Amino acid sequence: MPDQTFLDSTELVLNMGPQHPSTHGVLRVVLKLDGEKVLGADCVIGYLHRGVEKIGENRTYQQFAPYVDRMDYCAAVSNGLGYCLAVEKLLNVEAPPRAQAVRVVLTELNRIASHLIWLGTHALDIGAITPLFYVMREREEILNIFEKYCGARLTTHAFRIGGLQYETYDGLEADVKAACDHVLPKIDEYERLLTGNRIWIGRLTNVGILNAADCKQYGVTGPMLRAAGVKWDLRKAQPYSGYQQYEFEIPTGTHGDTFDRYLVRMEEMRQSARIIRQAVEKIPEGPIMAKIPKVIKPPVGEAYVSIEAPKGELGYFIVSDGSTQPYRLRVRPPSFVNLQALDQMTRGALVADVVAIIGTLDIVLGEVDR
Amino acid sequence: MPEEDKPEVKPAQTAPPAAAKPPAAKPAAKPPAIMAVSAWEGDLPALLRQRFSDQVSECSTYLGQNFVVAAPEAAIPILELLRFEADFDYLVDITAVDYPQRPERFDLVYVLYSFARNERMRVKARIADGYKPATATKVHLAANWLEREVFDMFGIEFAGHPDMRRILLPEDWEGYPLRKDKSIIDCDNKWIEEHLGIEGGQ
Repeated sequence: MPDQTFLDSTELVLNMGPQHPSTHGVLRVVLKLDGEKVLGADCVIGYLHRGVEKIGENRTYQQFAPYVDRMDYCAAVSNGLGYCLAVEKLLNVEAPPRAQAVRVVLTELNRIASHLIWLGTHALDIGAITPLFYVMREREEILNIFEKYCGARLTTHAFRIGGLQYETYDGLEADVKAACDHVLPKIDEYERLLTGNRIWIGRLTNVGILNAADCKQYGVTGPMLRAAGVKWDLRKAQPYSGYQQYEFEIPTGTHGDTFDRYLVRMEEMRQSARIIRQAVEKIPEGPIMAKIPKVIKPPVGEAYVSIEAPKGELGYFIVSDGSTQPYRLRVRPPSFVNLQALDQMTRGALVADVVAIIGTLDIVLGEVDR
Repeated sequence: MPEEDKPEVKPAQTAPPAAAKPPAAKPAAKPPAIMAVSAWEGDLPALLRQRFSDQVSECSTYLGQNFVVAAPEAAIPILELLRFEADFDYLVDITAVDYPQRPERFDLVYVLYSFARNERMRVKARIADGYKPATATKVHLAANWLEREVFDMFGIEFAGHPDMRRILLPEDWEGYPLRKDKSIIDCDNKWIEEHLGIEGGQ
């Protein structure tokens, strides 16, 4: 905190949220201000706490699967993938190749959808209203595929422990390719609208800087870590679900400011489309479910499994006591951990920047509060 | 939200979580009741054993995931050693597991990752109810909120933590929900009785 205040006035405490359009849900931030300069930010969270971990202890492994969709509801497919992989790890089984390929296609589509929502809301917060309508239009294409595949658009519950419940529908490949062909030029269009825009550059550059060392200290992962120049992505570092077969780049930034994070996420959407095109081209034939018992009772033990969710590292730590219900189920949510850096990122910024910084964190309160 | 929960809650009716679970698991008793771990060999467990001798009671691997079990007072020095001498510079998660029938009631679990080694490991410490483990915030800033959540959910207070408050639950919440003796049904019934003035129907 700066020693000297530039206005000879008392410190002002400003309450922002939980009912505030730019806090992306029910986040309350208590800001300490000196004039328009932020001295510190204290987050008050938990308004959306549903006790997901406790619910997990009171449900069977299969029964709990739909609950994970309700954490990060912008990326329900990713949540489901992480959970299924964790239980599969405990059971020591692997989904068949066909299931893995379909999982990758849907998860990456979901990453694009999640990033599109981030872009729309982030731009809206900063004052650019138009992109929100555009991204909703493109996201629709992706949600339509989810709807045709599993009947749900948002909380999909697309995967099952051991593989998939549903075979792909006729024409999924064509739909997915069409969606990629539709979205990719649109991403260029958004970039033409924003990347060179003077206001956009002015509002984002050198705002909310978080360098690589700070990211590691705070446990910040995902695009935020990559924007700080750390080339780390769990899909490459510890590949799961067959990601090692696909060619893709890990986009990184240099400064770790809001503009870098914007560029990284934009490029990530293109890379996701690249993965989807490779995966959908060669979905292998074969079964979609591994041989797992009807009643899932993992042997006594514990495992921590994490995936690269759109927001960062999403981990599940599950302890099994050999019964049908998890003895302990811990979710390591990327949004919760990333949000912790808000205080550091907002210090010295202006009030208007706080809105930009919350937007660039890309939090979903359903996941922060669980 | 409560309406949505109601039909789902039914299966738990026959098996309240804490009390009924261990007896229910016993008759089956076919798989071993302990984790089928194998010993973790290598430089790292050797280093830890050398530095902390008998304070590290176990270095094991389960499903390819390494973990050490340490005395509670050694947990933070181990995190420090791992961070500064073995590159485990990213504290992924802190959580706890409640075993009410054990004298050291809680397992405190630190999940660590090393970017340089591309390796994960866990540090576990067994602590009794009421024991105040030292905070990890001096080693990893990420521990701040994670420890607050452990406190919120399990009632484990961390000594030396800069801001030991509840984080997800309201300040006036009674009890610690992730302890095994807290049942979600009781919680529900209590709320219904208090706010609706009728008997809970579950």
